[in-house]
Amino acid sequence: MLTPEERTEIEAEFPHYPNRKAVCIDAMKIVQKHRGWLSDEALDDIGELLGMSSTDLDGVATFYNLLFRRPVGRHVIYLCDSVSCWIMGGDQQRNHICKRLGIASGETTADGRFTLLPVVCLGACDHAPVMMVDQDTHRDLTPEKIDQILEQYD
Amino acid sequence: MPDDKPLTGNMRSDGVALDLKAYERAGGYEGLRKALGGMTPAAVIEEVKDSNLRGRGGAGFPTGLKWSFIPDKAPHPRYVVANGDEMEPGTFKDRILVELDPHQLVEGMILAGYATGADIGYAFLRGEYTVGAERVARAIAEAYEAGYLGKDILHSGYSFEIYLHLSAGRYMCGEETGLLNALEGKRANPRAKPPFPPASGLFGKPTTINNVETLCNVPHIIRNGAGWYRGLSRSKDGGTKIYGASGKVKRPGLWELPMGTTIREIIEEHAGGMRDGLQLRGLLPGGASTDFLTGEHLDAPMDFAGVQSVGSRLGTGTMIILDDKTCPVGMVSNLEHFFSQESCGWCTPCWSGLGWAERILRAMEEGRGKPGDLEKLAFQARFWAPGHTFCALAPGAAEPLQSALKHFRADFERHIDEKRCPWK
Amino acid sequence: MATVHVDNQRYEMDDKQNLLQACLQLKMDLPYFCWHPAMGSVGACRQCAVKQFKDESDQHGKIVMACMTPVTEGARISIQDAEAVEFRAAVIEGLMINHPHDCPVCDEGGECHLQDMTVMTGHNYRRYAFEKRTFRNQNLGPFLNHEMNRCIQCYRCVRFYREYAGGNDLNAFALRNIVFFGRDKDGVLENEFAGNLVEVCPTGVFTDKTLKQHYTRKWDLQMAPSVCVHCAVGCNITAAERYGMLRRLVNRYNGEVNGYFLCDRGRFGYEFVNSQRRIRKPLRHGQPVGLEDARAGLRKLAAGGAIGIGSPRASLESNFALRSLVGADYFFAGIPGREAALLKLMLEILGNGPAPAASLREIEHSDAVLVLGEDVTNVAPRMALSLRQAVRQQPMEIAERLRIPLWMDHAVREAVQDEKGPLFIAAASATRLDDVAAATFRGAPDDIARLGFAVAQALDPAAPGPEDLPGQTRELAARIAAALKGAKRPLIVSGPSLGSAAIIQAAANVAWALAGAHLAFTAAEANSMGLAMMEAPALDAAQAATAETAIIVENDLYRRLPAAEVDQLLARFGHVVVLDHLENATTAKAELLIPAATFAEGEGTLMSSEGRLQRFFAALSPTEPVEPSWRLLGGWNTLDEIIRALAEAMPQLAAVREAAPAASFRMEAAKIPRQPHRYSGRTSMLANISVHEPKPPQDADSPLSFSMEGNPKQPPGALQPFFWTPGWNSYQAVNKFQEEIAGRLEAGDPGVPMFASGGGGHAFFNAIPAAFEARAGEWLLAPLFHIYGSEELSREAPAVAELGPQPYVALNPEDAAQFGDEVELMGQRFRVSRIAELPRGVAGIPAGVPPFAGLELPAWSKIQPIQ
Ligand SMILES: Cc1cc2nc3c(=O)[nH]c(=O)nc-3n(C[C@H](O)[C@H](O)[C@H](O)COP(=O)(O)O)c2cc1C
Ligand code: SF4
Ligand code: FES
Repeated sequence: MLTPEERTEIEAEFPHYPNRKAVCIDAMKIVQKHRGWLSDEALDDIGELLGMSSTDLDGVATFYNLLFRRPVGRHVIYLCDSVSCWIMGGDQQRNHICKRLGIASGETTADGRFTLLPVVCLGACDHAPVMMVDQDTHRDLTPEKIDQILEQYD
Repeated sequence: MPDDKPLTGNMRSDGVALDLKAYERAGGYEGLRKALGGMTPAAVIEEVKDSNLRGRGGAGFPTGLKWSFIPDKAPHPRYVVANGDEMEPGTFKDRILVELDPHQLVEGMILAGYATGADIGYAFLRGEYTVGAERVARAIAEAYEAGYLGKDILHSGYSFEIYLHLSAGRYMCGEETGLLNALEGKRANPRAKPPFPPASGLFGKPTTINNVETLCNVPHIIRNGAGWYRGLSRSKDGGTKIYGASGKVKRPGLWELPMGTTIREIIEEHAGGMRDGLQLRGLLPGGASTDFLTGEHLDAPMDFAGVQSVGSRLGTGTMIILDDKTCPVGMVSNLEHFFSQESCGWCTPCWSGLGWAERILRAMEEGRGKPGDLEKLAFQARFWAPGHTFCALAPGAAEPLQSALKHFRADFERHIDEKRCPWK
Repeated sequence: MATVHVDNQRYEMDDKQNLLQACLQLKMDLPYFCWHPAMGSVGACRQCAVKQFKDESDQHGKIVMACMTPVTEGARISIQDAEAVEFRAAVIEGLMINHPHDCPVCDEGGECHLQDMTVMTGHNYRRYAFEKRTFRNQNLGPFLNHEMNRCIQCYRCVRFYREYAGGNDLNAFALRNIVFFGRDKDGVLENEFAGNLVEVCPTGVFTDKTLKQHYTRKWDLQMAPSVCVHCAVGCNITAAERYGMLRRLVNRYNGEVNGYFLCDRGRFGYEFVNSQRRIRKPLRHGQPVGLEDARAGLRKLAAGGAIGIGSPRASLESNFALRSLVGADYFFAGIPGREAALLKLMLEILGNGPAPAASLREIEHSDAVLVLGEDVTNVAPRMALSLRQAVRQQPMEIAERLRIPLWMDHAVREAVQDEKGPLFIAAASATRLDDVAAATFRGAPDDIARLGFAVAQALDPAAPGPEDLPGQTRELAARIAAALKGAKRPLIVSGPSLGSAAIIQAAANVAWALAGAHLAFTAAEANSMGLAMMEAPALDAAQAATAETAIIVENDLYRRLPAAEVDQLLARFGHVVVLDHLENATTAKAELLIPAATFAEGEGTLMSSEGRLQRFFAALSPTEPVEPSWRLLGGWNTLDEIIRALAEAMPQLAAVREAAPAASFRMEAAKIPRQPHRYSGRTSMLANISVHEPKPPQDADSPLSFSMEGNPKQPPGALQPFFWTPGWNSYQAVNKFQEEIAGRLEAGDPGVPMFASGGGGHAFFNAIPAAFEARAGEWLLAPLFHIYGSEELSREAPAVAELGPQPYVALNPEDAAQFGDEVELMGQRFRVSRIAELPRGVAGIPAGVPPFAGLELPAWSKIQPIQ
C-alpha cells in the first residue's frame, strides 16, 4: 500500500499531465525516494493508483538508470565514468573508492552504507573527476578528498 | 549587464541563483512585457528568425524557423519543451544556466510559448541536476506569483503553465522524440520523423522543443532586438555562445563569447592553454558526438559553418581536449562505451553495432586487439551513418570513432601490434 | 497508383503503401523483421534497407528503410545496389551476434523467418568473437515456450501483444543490446491471443509448448486446410499430422475471416484429438466389435425405425446423412428449443433483414460498435481481436489529417494517443473488451434488451422503445445512438449467449434503424448456424417422438439438457446408438458406440456465425475404424456425392457445393499434396511394421493427396494445405500467396458467405420486455463464459483444461453479503465469487462447466447459505 505521503505526492503530479500513465516515472521516483528502491510490491502499489500493470511499470523502470529495481545502500555514490572524467583520472578515483569500501562498481557495502554506481557525465567537466553522493555533487576529486567526503555520510 | 555576455553576465560569482528581483533588475521579463504588450506571435517569430539564433542543442536548427512550423490552425493544447537533459559527455553549459539564472529559462519558455500559441511548457531536466531543479522550481513559483505565468499573463489574455519534469536518467531522453516518450511516462525510444513534433509531438499535440541555452537567448533577443543580437556575433550565426573546455588544459571552464570565436582563442586564451608539459593531440569540439579535430584546425571559428568546414560539428560547443599523454584509443573506448550503454535498444545498427565496437575497443586497450579490428571498426562507423539508424545517437557515436581512426590510426595499430596499451 | 523503378525496371505500385509492402506484393524478395502486414511499420530492425535515388541521374542515392518510405510517383529504388546489399548483410550479422546458433535443437528450425532471412541476405560467416549475452527464460504457462537467447530484438512480440491485442503482462525490459521480452515475473500469459506469438516472433523465442510434447519439423508434417471447431467464428487453420497424431495447428490466412491471427482456444484446443478418451473402436454393450459389424448393426436398427439427433458441432454432411438415414420427420436438431428458436431468429434477421452479416475484416474496419448481450472474448474470441482494432478506426482519422500514412504504426499511435472510437458494451458482467469501451452497461438480459430497443428508437422514432427507462439509461441510449449515427461503418454485435430473443431483436432493430449498418452474431458452436439452416425440430420435440432406436451423432445430450431429462429421453428408446469422438455421459448410455472422425480425420462443411460455408479436410489419413459420421451413417461413397444430395434436398444450402472445389479438381492434372516436398522418411516411416513401403492412402473425397506428390502450386484458397515457397519456409511465406499484402488470397479467400448482402425490407420487432426485477431469495442464473472451459472439445486439451475455471457461483458483493464463502445451489456446494460488475439479483455460473453444463440458462433458482 502506498503511504498517505507517497499518495499525496504522486497525486500532486496528476494535474501536470493529461493522463495518469504519464505520471508513472514521477510516481516511481517518489516512491523510491521514500523506500530507497522499487520492490515488486512498490510497483504493484503504484500500478494500482495509476491503472497500470506491474509489467507496464517494470518495462519503464528497467529502462532508466536512476530507478532501482534492487535494493541500494543508504547512500548512493554516482561516479562519473564519462570522457572528461576519464581523461582527468576518473578510473583511479574509482579504484580508490572500491578499495576503500571493499566493493566493486555496482555493489553495496556489507554494512549497507554505500552503493557505488557509474553514471554518465555529470555536467561538471571543468571540475573533473566528479561524483554525486545522493543529491550532492562533489568536484575535483582526489583520493584524500574522497575520503573526507565519504566521512560525511553515515 | 555587460552587453557582450547577455546569458552569463549577470550571474553571481558566489554560486547563488538570481532571484526574481535580481533578474528583473537586470532587465528580466522586459522582453516578455514587450512581446505581450504589443508584438503578435508572428512578430516574435520574425524577430527570432531575424536574429539568426540557431539551436544550441547540437543540431543547430534555426530557432525562428522551427517555431514557424506550428501551423496557425494547429489544435490545442500545444506544448513547449525545454530540453535540459544535458547528458552529452563533456557538456556542462545548461547546468549553469539553470543553476545560476533560472528565470532566464522561464522567460524564454514563456516567449516560445507565446510565439507558438502554446498552452503548456515542460522544463525537462536531467535527474542529477538537483540544484538546478530546485532553483527552476523556485523560479517557476516566483513567476506565477508575479503574474508572468498562469492565466492571463500580465493581462494580455495569454495563458501559459510551466511544469518541471526531472528525468529518470538516459542520454536518449535528450533526443527530442525520446524526450517526448519520457514525458509521456514511456521508455525513451525515439519516434519516427516525419511526423515532426510541430505536427504530432507530446501527447500527439503540436510541440516545440528547444535546448535550454537556445531558450535563454530569447528574452534578450526580444528585449534588445534582432540587430543587437546579430551584432554580438563574429559570424553569420547570431549571438554569443557558451563555450567550454575540459581535459588537461590549465583552466577548464565555460566562457560566453561571441559566436565564431576560434578554437585557438578558446583554448589558448580562455582555457589558458595546455597544462605544463603536455601537448594538444586533438579535441572534440562540441561534446562526445562530434568528430575529432587536431592541432591544424585550431584557427577554425567555433560556429556552425566554421567547424563543419574543418570536418566536425559545433555540437554543444563544449570541447573535450586530448593531450599527448592520454591514450586516444582509451578515450574512444570510453566514448563508445558510453554510447553503447545508452543505446535504447531500438534499431539494430545501434544496439548491436555499438556493443560490438565497444568490445573490440576494450579488447584492444587490454592488449587483445587483432588484425582486422580496424576494418571492423571502420565498417561499424559506416554502418551507423545518418539515415541508417532510427535516430542520431549512433551517427553521433560514429563521429569520434571514424575521425579517431583517421587521425590516430598509428595509435590503434600499436595497440594491436604490441598487444598492449603503450600508455599504460 | 504510382510508377516506381526498382533496379531500373518499371512497376506500378499502390501509393497508399510503403515500399516494402509494395515490393513484397510484386513478389520480390526483400528481407524484413519488424514490419508485420497487420501491424505496419516501425523501422526498428533496419533489415529492409534499399537504395533510393533522387532521379535518373542520381548515381549515389541513399539508404532508406523500405518499410518506412511511402510509395511515391516516380520513385527510383534499388534492392540489388551493392551498398544496400552490404548494409542488409551487416544488419543480419548484427542480429546474429547473440543468437545461439541452435537451429538443430530449435523448434522453429525449418520454418524460421530468421533462418530464411539469414540465407536470403547471404550472411555466412561469424566475425563476432566476444561473449554472447544470455538470459534466463520464463515459464509462461501451458501454451508457450520461452527461449530468450534466440531473440533478435525486433519488438514484434510486444507490439502484437500490447498494442494489437491489448495485453499488459508482456513487455520489453532494459535497453541497449540486452532487451528482455517477457513478463515481470514467471506466470501464465494472460492475453487470449498470446499463442500468435508463435507466428509473430520471427525466430524461436516463443514456440508452441504443446507441439514440443510431440515435436515434428514443419517439413515432416502432413498438413490440411481446416476450420477451427472451437467456436462459431470459423477461423481457418492448418492442421498438421505425423505418425497418425495431430501435432499442432497454425493459422491459415483468410483475408475475410481470421487474417493472420487465431485465439488460444482455437490454437491449442486441438489436443482433444489425441486424447486418451478418444473412442477408437466400435463397442456394442461395451464390447469391441468390428466396424462392419457395427455398421450392419446401425443399418439394422435404423431400418427398424429410428429417430436421429444431430449436432451443432457435427458437419452439415454428417447431420444430413443422419437426416437421410432416419427420414426428415425423425431428424431433430440436437439443441434445446430455446436455443433453436434464437438461431432461427438470427437466420431470419440475417436472411431477410436489410443489414448484412459482417465478416471479421468488416468488423475490424467498423468505426462504431454496439455489443448487445455478448462477452465476445469468451464466446467468439477471435472476433474480440477484430473489435479491438475497430476502436482505432475513428481516431485514425486524426493521423490521416496529419498526413501520417496509416501503416506508420507508431506514428499513428503517437498521434492518436488514447483516443478510442465508440465501442459500447452492454453485457451481464465485465468483459475483456471493457478497457477499450467508450461506455459499458451491466444488466440482466431483459434490461440489456431494453437498452437496445431504446437505442433503436433514438435512431428512428418509428422503432418501438421502452416507456419507463431510467434517465441514465435513456441518456446512454441517446449517446450510443448518436455515435452510431455519426459513424460511416456502424456495427451491432449480438447473439444467443444470454438466451434472450429480445436482445437479438433489439440488436436487429438498431441495425435496421441505421443506414448501412452491419450485424455480427455469435453462435455457440462451429456449425450451430448450419444446423439451424436445416430447419429440423429441436431436441424438445424428440421427447415426444416414438421410435425403437435413437441415433445420436456427435452430441453429448447431457450438455444440452438437465441430466434427469436426458435420462428420461433416452429411456424412451429400446436402443441407443451414438457416434462420437470422445467418451462422455451420452456415449456411456450407448448400446452401440461407433467412433466418429474429428475434424482432423475427416472432411465436411461448417457454417460459421457469419453465415460462411467453409470446408475442412482431413490431415490424418483415415485409419479404420475412425471414419467421418457421414460415411458411417451410409448411403454415400464420397463427399461429393453427399454434398450433391444435400444441395438438392436443401436448396437453402445449395451453396455448400461452392465451399471448396470437388474431389475431381486438379492442378494441371495433379492432386494437391498435403506433404511438402521436403517431407522425409516416406519410405521408412512405417518400416517397423513392414519394410515394404505402403501405397499412400487414396483420397476419394478431396483434390488433396496424402503424399508429397502432386502439384504444389497455388491451389484455390479453400484447398491451400500450407504456405511455402522457395526461400520462405516460415509462415511469412503467405506473402507470396496474397493478391494484396494483408488482403485477399490470390486464389480467393475460402468460404461462401451466405449473408454478405442484406435482404429486403423489415418491420421492427416490438416485443419489449419489462424491466428486470430482482427477487427475494431467488436469483436469475446467467451464464458467464470462459474462453478456456466453456467449450466442450477444447476442455479435453490438457493445456486448455489447465486454465479453465472450477465451478463457482458469482454474485454481486452486496447480494453475497448474506452468504459466506460457499453457497448451496441445486443441492451442491459452490465457491462464491464476488463480482462487482454483476447486476443485483443475477447469479453468474460458468457456462459449459460441469455440473452446470446441461442447464438451460438463464433460469431462476434458489441459492441457500451453507448450514
Ligand atoms: C542522442 C541524443 C541526445 C541529445 N541530447 C540532447 C540534450 O541533452 N539536450 C539538448 O538540448 N539536445 C539534445 N539533443 C538534440 C535534440 O534532439 C534536439 O535537436 C534539440 O533539443 C533541439 O533544440 P535546439 O533546436 O534548441 O538545439 C540530443 C540528440 C540526440 C540524438
Ligand atoms: S522475442 Fe521474438 S518477436 Fe520479440 S523481439 Fe525477440 S525476436 Fe522479436
Ligand atoms: S522491416 Fe523495415 S526496419 Fe524492420
